[in-house]
Amino acid sequence: MSIQTGSAWVDGSGSRLAKYNFLSKVNWGRFGVIAVPSLWLGIFFFIPFLVVFKISLSETAIAVPPYTSLLEWDLEEAYLNLKLNLGNYLYLFEDTFYLDAYLSSIKIASVSTFFTLLVAFPIAYLIARSKPTTRALLLSLVILPFWTSFLLRVYAWMGFLKKNGLVNEFLLSIGVIDQPLTMLQTDFAVYIGIVYTYLPFMVLPLYSALEKMDMTLLEAAEDLGAKPATSFFLITIPMAIPGIIAGCVLVFIPAVGEFVIPALLGGSDTLMIGRVLWDEFFLNRDWPMASAVAIVMLVVLVLPIMLIRNGQGKEEAV
Amino acid sequence: MKRRSLFLNTTAIMGFIFLYAPMIALIVYSFNKSKLVTVWGGWSLKWYGELFRNEQIIDAALLSLKIAFISASVAVILGTMAGYVLSRFGKFRGKMIFSGWITAPLVMPEVITGLSLLLLFVAMEGLIGWPSGRGTGTIIIAHVTFCMAYVAVIVQSRLSQMDETLEEAAMDLGAKPSSLFFLVTLPLIAPAIISGWLLSFTLSLDDLVIASFVSGPGNSTLPMVIFSKVRLGVSPEVNALATIMIAIVAIGVIAAMFQMRRQAKLLGRQD
Repeated sequence: MSIQTGSAWVDGSGSRLAKYNFLSKVNWGRFGVIAVPSLWLGIFFFIPFLVVFKISLSETAIAVPPYTSLLEWDLEEAYLNLKLNLGNYLYLFEDTFYLDAYLSSIKIASVSTFFTLLVAFPIAYLIARSKPTTRALLLSLVILPFWTSFLLRVYAWMGFLKKNGLVNEFLLSIGVIDQPLTMLQTDFAVYIGIVYTYLPFMVLPLYSALEKMDMTLLEAAEDLGAKPATSFFLITIPMAIPGIIAGCVLVFIPAVGEFVIPALLGGSDTLMIGRVLWDEFFLNRDWPMASAVAIVMLVVLVLPIMLIRNGQGKEEAV
Repeated sequence: MKRRSLFLNTTAIMGFIFLYAPMIALIVYSFNKSKLVTVWGGWSLKWYGELFRNEQIIDAALLSLKIAFISASVAVILGTMAGYVLSRFGKFRGKMIFSGWITAPLVMPEVITGLSLLLLFVAMEGLIGWPSGRGTGTIIIAHVTFCMAYVAVIVQSRLSQMDETLEEAAMDLGAKPSSLFFLVTLPLIAPAIISGWLLSFTLSLDDLVIASFVSGPGNSTLPMVIFSKVRLGVSPEVNALATIMIAIVAIGVIAAMFQMRRQAKLLGRQD
């Protein structure tokens, strides 16, 4: 980031406050307020990626820390050897396991985002159409689970979905099934877990989009003879699109790198890249491989999302 | 009109049941006397007793509360600075970069943040000898890093909704930038700062993935202990713990609602 003094700080369109801050000669204060958070994130958020990249190019070693260094200084020959090991990346592409894991993460995240939307829409619609007093109550009912522990909310489904859990007991007692279903440790349980834990992220943006909607549009449509279903699909849904997009982004992003939900609710065959990275690091103790998985995940999954988000930000600013 | 809302209402109510049924089941079963989670053995507070006698859980809970308190407080300071820059500094060179820089942690998968911070700490220890070993300190640094982004977003949105007239009045009356901030702006954005602190506290208290990467031996936070217990199956002690945590949150949210309603009434009277 370029830090400059003088008029570069403020161009003509800055607000009056901004100019005041500039004119008052407390540039050091201003500099500090920008620099302190930037430096913190630089050191603890951006430099780490360079370290990850560096380690992804090394080899595992039985040492502390468990990887080889890239630079080796050969004293006798006075050579400085730079050893870059691209083997981890080659292995990522050779072994279909990793590709499958990336694809399956995208699939699981997309499917569950879609179902989150289906579950969230009626809730958001109901809240947006209710009286102001009940509206506050319903909104807090949606937000309350969000403040409770994420881990415990996922855990609650373990007791619910297991073989002798409540869902099976209930289905058996009303006679829908005569054998308990295996639901825990399947992809199905992972979908449920994601929909459940990220539901508030979908309901809130949908609600704020639906709340702004002009109800007279629906009345006009009805007067002109539109059936409720028609006006729903031709008016309500299009009006809710900004909320739908915001909600889907908010659910998809954390879902795609999810670790806790597949670890607790998924089966051993539930492939998600967050879990692969975790196992590579904690079980195989292969730090270079885990780093390579992270770098590819960053480039393939995270950077596109960031670029899209920044693009949206620009559009809003205009 | 009526028929359609009946359909939507039914699905919405089913959505609320979906949201609350697992939690209610968890609460009910935390009072179950029997160790078998599906067999109802009558009401009992047995598991609460077990929970409070479990030193591992109590120690981890105290450690997590300490980490959450410190992380939230530091994150609020840094996040407020960043939010203030984003909404009150006008345009400056590199503002786009600054804004992307500040909010980037929000879209980063936890496994990547955790891994990269751990590798940084290991590399720094090799280079400059700090941090020597990992533990509470490294967890706090990690939590501050991802929480400050949330605080920045909350503070920024509050500042951009607020009109600048009060601040302009203060500066017309000759307030210095520092007193302008501490005497005028800060009290006005206090609610945003409080929600930012509470959110950071909750996020820190709840974090499993990042803490697992950056913690050292003997520094297990509460989520780490819970995770190792429930990975093997349902545990009645964890049910009791979950019930206590849900109760605390419920009381907090209800109190906040009453507070908001009271403020709304006060404001209504002023109009």
